[in-house]
Amino acid sequence: MNIADYTLPELRRAMAHNGVHLQTGIFSACVRSTIPLVAEGIHQLYADAPVLPAEQFADFHVTLSRPANIRRWFKPQVVFRFDGFSPFKPLPVDQAFALFEWGLNWCISSHAHQYLMIHAAAIEKHGRVAILPAPPGSGKSTLTAGLIQRGWRLLSDELTLIGADGLIQGIARPVSLKNQSIDVIRQFAPDTTLGRVVKDTIKGTVAHLRAPTDSVTRVLESALPGWVIFPKYQTNTPATLHPMQRSDAFMGLAQNAFNYSLLAADGFQRLCALMDASTAYRFEYSNLDEAAQIFDALAERRNADS
Amino acid sequence: MQTADCAITRALREPEWLTHASGAEWDAVIRQGRRASLLARLHYALQARSCLTNLPAAPRVHLDAARVIADKQAIAVRWEVGKILTAIAQCEAPLILLKGAAYHMAGLTAGRGRVFSDIDILVPKPRINHVEAALMQHGWVATQHDAYDQRYYRTWMHEIPPLRHIRRQSVIDVHHAILPETARLKPDPALLLAAAQPIPDAPGLFTLAPADMVLHSASHLFCGEFEHGLRDLSDIDLLLREFSAQSGFWEGLVPRAHQLDLSRPLYYALRLAAQLFATPIPADVLHAIAPCRPSAPHAALMHSLLQRALAPDHPSCRGPFSPLALGLLYARAHWLRMPPHLLAYHLAHKALLPPKQPG
Repeated sequence: MNIADYTLPELRRAMAHNGVHLQTGIFSACVRSTIPLVAEGIHQLYADAPVLPAEQFADFHVTLSRPANIRRWFKPQVVFRFDGFSPFKPLPVDQAFALFEWGLNWCISSHAHQYLMIHAAAIEKHGRVAILPAPPGSGKSTLTAGLIQRGWRLLSDELTLIGADGLIQGIARPVSLKNQSIDVIRQFAPDTTLGRVVKDTIKGTVAHLRAPTDSVTRVLESALPGWVIFPKYQTNTPATLHPMQRSDAFMGLAQNAFNYSLLAADGFQRLCALMDASTAYRFEYSNLDEAAQIFDALAERRNADS
Repeated sequence: MQTADCAITRALREPEWLTHASGAEWDAVIRQGRRASLLARLHYALQARSCLTNLPAAPRVHLDAARVIADKQAIAVRWEVGKILTAIAQCEAPLILLKGAAYHMAGLTAGRGRVFSDIDILVPKPRINHVEAALMQHGWVATQHDAYDQRYYRTWMHEIPPLRHIRRQSVIDVHHAILPETARLKPDPALLLAAAQPIPDAPGLFTLAPADMVLHSASHLFCGEFEHGLRDLSDIDLLLREFSAQSGFWEGLVPRAHQLDLSRPLYYALRLAAQLFATPIPADVLHAIAPCRPSAPHAALMHSLLQRALAPDHPSCRGPFSPLALGLLYARAHWLRMPPHLLAYHLAHKALLPPKQPG
């Protein structure tokens, strides 16, 4: 059974009562909420995600609810709770779905230490993954959102998970777009499903893009690393790849990792193996079509070599 | 019943159960264990019984992830203890480790997978100023800047205000006794110091004697520290099992409890460990400690309160009476920590002159 098998009122009711046990790749989350925006967002953006039986083990139990104070009614807010514990301050209720996304990211990045976790997007083509680590504002999510419309498979736009076997594991959740990139993607791919646009969040204006159906159905296919690419959006710059020292890329990944030091020697070895299997670049771009051409050329060349 | 005899307790008591537990049972084990900081310990328990490979993959990864954190902490504690040893080398004071750091460094079962945030050490009171100064010279600074809090610790407590390392953020609690100076129970620190034992192959490091380690843990658990109550009781269970093999341990335990004025905490610890973790305790030890139990109604009340207070802070094992039980035990703990006039003064000060929040 998938989310799409529910009508919106059914989903809203199920989420308000016992919660809905949502599977996103290797993780599952039991989500409870009486807030309509959460059910709406999940209904729209997780349509292809499987729903598991309630009695099955869930990795994370999360609730989104109105606080039990004046802010329940006056300028209403929403609180995210992970199994009763609230890691964030309440936000305006308008941001409920975004808070669900951020909360689930937090659940994964603070618990899934069976993986080396890097704050980076991961997309795959011909069996090889391009890892795109970058600080906010560098155009990482825009690039990811663009490339997954052009035949790249989405593993994740925020969390690259590197397993003990060296393979990269996907979660295929919605891509978070911010500010101008929302319009850029609307123009680049008018047919995609974009969720509600929410203004004035801590990250500015935010909207989430539904993961392509193919990425969701193939989410359990882990893949080998192929490239580590540090993207940078630069206005009026032709899309260009600049080869990068592996050692620099290694340090860049370590700096963007959530749990590199926690994994100690194991983390070091996983990154070494990852860099051994990857070529590293810096990438500047201002146009998504050009970017897609360059990425496709990379994938074709690698495919021809192997 | 919503008590400490919950899913995580059962999992630690009989890890083999988990090889055929249902999805819903696993759900409770992982959630309670996460809240009680017991998942890494459960990983070790399952490993010791070669059960790890027979577990369902989904909950198993949570145990593996907890183990990653515990393993990293084991490295960090070793490093940190080395730094403390260097810092206080000139202080003419032995480095006696307490609780988590002691279990880790002594290689005890109770140290495996035990997560903790502070390193506790015990120092002879006359040397405590030297030790504090030496630690400050090596980068540890006071965490309590409020003058009243400083005085509270230094006049009445059994430790100086916690010290935090300015770069590594590690926290040391430097103790000169195991209970506050104002407490009703008065375990003599001189007896603990005299019985401290060197850790084999770790020059300069000491732990308390085996019986004293058990009694120290019991004293905290039954004098009001319930935040990690179930974890602490599990420590006691593992310590008792491990020390059982040492000749003279059981014979010495109850007499030592009398000597240190800790018979009542030992009574509760033994009784609850046997009940919740099935700790094997010789009949003559139970017989010897029996006279230390309180009157029947008092014992029944305390037992019922402790059962609730030791449960992990998770909705699946907290019932409608849990807050009341915790509140009563908290009040009792303060009552035991300070005589009434001091307690009244302390509470009044905290109520009337709350500490300024930084920033």
